[in-house]
Amino acid sequence: MSAANSGAPDEECSSLQRIAVEVADRAKSGEQVEAFVSRSTYTTVRAHGHDIESFTSATSAGIGVRVVHDHRQGFAWAGSLDPEVVADALREARDNAAFAEPDPWVGLAEPDGVAPVPFDAFDPAVAALPASRKIELALELERMVLAGDPRITGVRVASFSDSSGRFAVATSTGIAGSGRGAWCSMSALALATDGDETYTGAGSTVGFSPDQLDLAEAANDAVLRSTRLFGARPATSRRLAVLLEPRVASTIMGILGSTLTGDRVLKGRSPFADRVGESIATSALTLVDDPTDHRSYAADSFDGEGLACRRNPLVVDGVLQGFLYDSASGRRAGLPSTGSAVRGVSSTPSVGCQALSVSPGTGSFDDLLSTIDDGVYVQSMTGLHSGVNAVSGDISVGVEGLMIRNGAFAEPVREVTIASTLQRMLLDILAVGADVEWLPGGTGCPTLVIGDVALSGI
Amino acid sequence: MIDASVLERVLGSALRTGGEFAEVFAEDRRSSSALLDDGRVEELTSGRDRGAGIRVVVGDTTGFAHTADLTETGLLAAAEAAAAAARGGGGGVRTVALTRSASSRGYDIELAPTDVPKARKVALLTQADEIARSVDGAIRQVSVNYGDSLRKILVANSDGLFAEDETVRTFFAVSCVASGDTGMQTGRESIGHTIGFELFDRYDIDELARRAAGRAITKLAARPAPSGQMPVVIGSGGGGVLFHEACGHGLEADLVTKGASVFAGRVGQRVASAGVTVVDDGTMAREWGNIAIDDEGNPAQRNVLIEDGILTDYMWDQLRARKQGRASSGNGRRQSYQHLPMVRMTNTYLLAGTEEPEAIIASTDKGVYVKHLGGGQVNTATGDFVFGMTEAYLIENGEVTEPLREGNLIGNGPEVLQRIDALGNDFAMGPPGTCGKDGQGVPVGDGVPTLRVSSLTIGGTAA
Repeated sequence: MSAANSGAPDEECSSLQRIAVEVADRAKSGEQVEAFVSRSTYTTVRAHGHDIESFTSATSAGIGVRVVHDHRQGFAWAGSLDPEVVADALREARDNAAFAEPDPWVGLAEPDGVAPVPFDAFDPAVAALPASRKIELALELERMVLAGDPRITGVRVASFSDSSGRFAVATSTGIAGSGRGAWCSMSALALATDGDETYTGAGSTVGFSPDQLDLAEAANDAVLRSTRLFGARPATSRRLAVLLEPRVASTIMGILGSTLTGDRVLKGRSPFADRVGESIATSALTLVDDPTDHRSYAADSFDGEGLACRRNPLVVDGVLQGFLYDSASGRRAGLPSTGSAVRGVSSTPSVGCQALSVSPGTGSFDDLLSTIDDGVYVQSMTGLHSGVNAVSGDISVGVEGLMIRNGAFAEPVREVTIASTLQRMLLDILAVGADVEWLPGGTGCPTLVIGDVALSGI
Repeated sequence: MIDASVLERVLGSALRTGGEFAEVFAEDRRSSSALLDDGRVEELTSGRDRGAGIRVVVGDTTGFAHTADLTETGLLAAAEAAAAAARGGGGGVRTVALTRSASSRGYDIELAPTDVPKARKVALLTQADEIARSVDGAIRQVSVNYGDSLRKILVANSDGLFAEDETVRTFFAVSCVASGDTGMQTGRESIGHTIGFELFDRYDIDELARRAAGRAITKLAARPAPSGQMPVVIGSGGGGVLFHEACGHGLEADLVTKGASVFAGRVGQRVASAGVTVVDDGTMAREWGNIAIDDEGNPAQRNVLIEDGILTDYMWDQLRARKQGRASSGNGRRQSYQHLPMVRMTNTYLLAGTEEPEAIIASTDKGVYVKHLGGGQVNTATGDFVFGMTEAYLIENGEVTEPLREGNLIGNGPEVLQRIDALGNDFAMGPPGTCGKDGQGVPVGDGVPTLRVSSLTIGGTAA
């Protein structure tokens, strides 16, 4: 999404902005009102068995209204922009505010003079793509996966999705902006069978426009991941090095990022709360959250409160630089917002990472692989929601992948876990690759090697 | 919500391009929630979402569109979009005549949350916060969530089905952070039922808050969990998610028919130890996964999936069942009107055995006792699954000893089911859950008696 405080990017954005401003203007004396309005159109095509399993297409719209009165906040949302429903939401938000307890830091964002970095990746080609072409693409991806290896026996789903969305935010404190964004993505989940073994492998591709989609890469990923696990067995429990390719490493960096949000820090839920200025990771790690980096699929001009997005260094050469804030948590910390409010229509803004990226180190994937004597290459992780505790830092996840011996891939492995704590893993980073990959979620991450992780198997 | 005559015209229009089956699913959902954090009631939220999803099936293709506009004009536009997405060859006029079917869940909501003043809901949050903090000075942070929802649904389809239902759910959770020499630990407890505000007559909020705080405090003294394989005893009510992951998902007909389940083709075969009977039961009154009708309008059922170790059947939704020429098992569910239904679980549980739970622990020489499980995840194609232990202890010489830090356990569904070697007589349902599949979340329940798996891999860091 991108926004412009002066002049909406198109007529649809203007109309959403008028709705938001009209609600914000209804603020009574002594009251702050914010309206966040969005409308998006999406398509999802799912192919299976050389046929279209489902074709979904719809437009949805909604509004979230925040009211602050006497330092109390109330919120209401609705999945409709009908004037009656919008009026109801404002009334409910007002009523809800009366039941919250006062907090001196609560309040809406106010214009802070930080100039936005313009960004508008809205490509009309996304919305203009004919339905027949979307169907062709989904079927084509399925065909490519099926043709990739004789052991591919099916594709659980091959899908094409696109979304074109617009949003506007307006506050009674003087913020009014709107923005738009469009993406398309494809993914496939391959099923490979040999004897009585069946494995799955996922591949995906994303773009700001249809011509950026790389079907071959998505298909190859799905095929390779599902076919290289035949014969996989649990390995012997021991401590070893783990080689995390970008999409897996980005998950660990996302967990780290979540512990560096102001709200968690201020409320005593971050293991790094008192560590600013200290080394929390090996000097190889530099991590920034930067939605103004236009290589990220989450690049944006404005955050969820309508403030300009900015580049926020979190860890530089292993040293913790600071935390991310929205306006309320920033006020409480005595610091300005870092433009890090994230939100949807149905929730109030919260502090979050938007476009994390790890600075490239040195060495290719193969270079990093060649440095490992005894390790495991992790192709996928499971149980992130049940095995990661971002407060204590405990991490324990199920993995599939390949064992590494003497710098080369060895036998495949499954039904094992790897475990450590986030705090230890950061200090055990042995290498950061040069191969930064920009992933569908918006994170930019290279391959990482982390030493001394506990593998649990037989 | 919508007149039968309007629905008949919309369904007729949806079939005009040659569809074989058409359906209107309308939903009107109101929700309210309240959050206390950091010692303060932060926020009350009210939500309203209303709309209809229309699907049209031609051959193996489903066209789907949804709209927030429930007028006849809005519904006709969505029907046209769904029909265009699933364009068939034929065409012509088909008349649909709806017959309203009665639906009943067999019990009444005693106190609708919409009739309860907001101040009373907020007072519960403050009460739980105070109790949790009073447990121990090491409790540094508490958050408390209250939530309720009223979901009205209507389903009408071209087979003439016309069913409506209303579901009320109420939820409450307490999460604590304790801080000590070893860092911070967390403890959480939640309750949720398909009932109204009478939830708070059935449960003692103080007790819930004390348990959440106690769990965080206990873990301050926890040692790293072991790594490697050993016997695992799962506590009554604490570990239903084991079956949800180990076999539940693998018995969903959509995954089975796509060859993505290790349980495909195994009906009638032994898949679990003798004595193991697994049931998915949408009719279980007041439980979190309780439904009167599913989201395709079919009545909820009690479905025995595994009986005394033998696989008896899969779970089915309307489309998959139609293709097989059989009836739906009442497992077609969806997150909202904006989603297509698919095969989902409701309340999934393992029937009790006969052993005393104390005897199961006493007969375990060395192992892990998992009193409370977190979530889990499964790869249905390989059967490998993980689930988290949020409260666990070592078993040494037949006794529960030291607490363990959090971590996942990993196993293979078909193997683990065959390794169940003890079943307690103390069945209990567990806390409310949300099951995620292909991006859709639906409320589910689960339950188990105390049980033992002779060998599972503990995902810890200790040797």
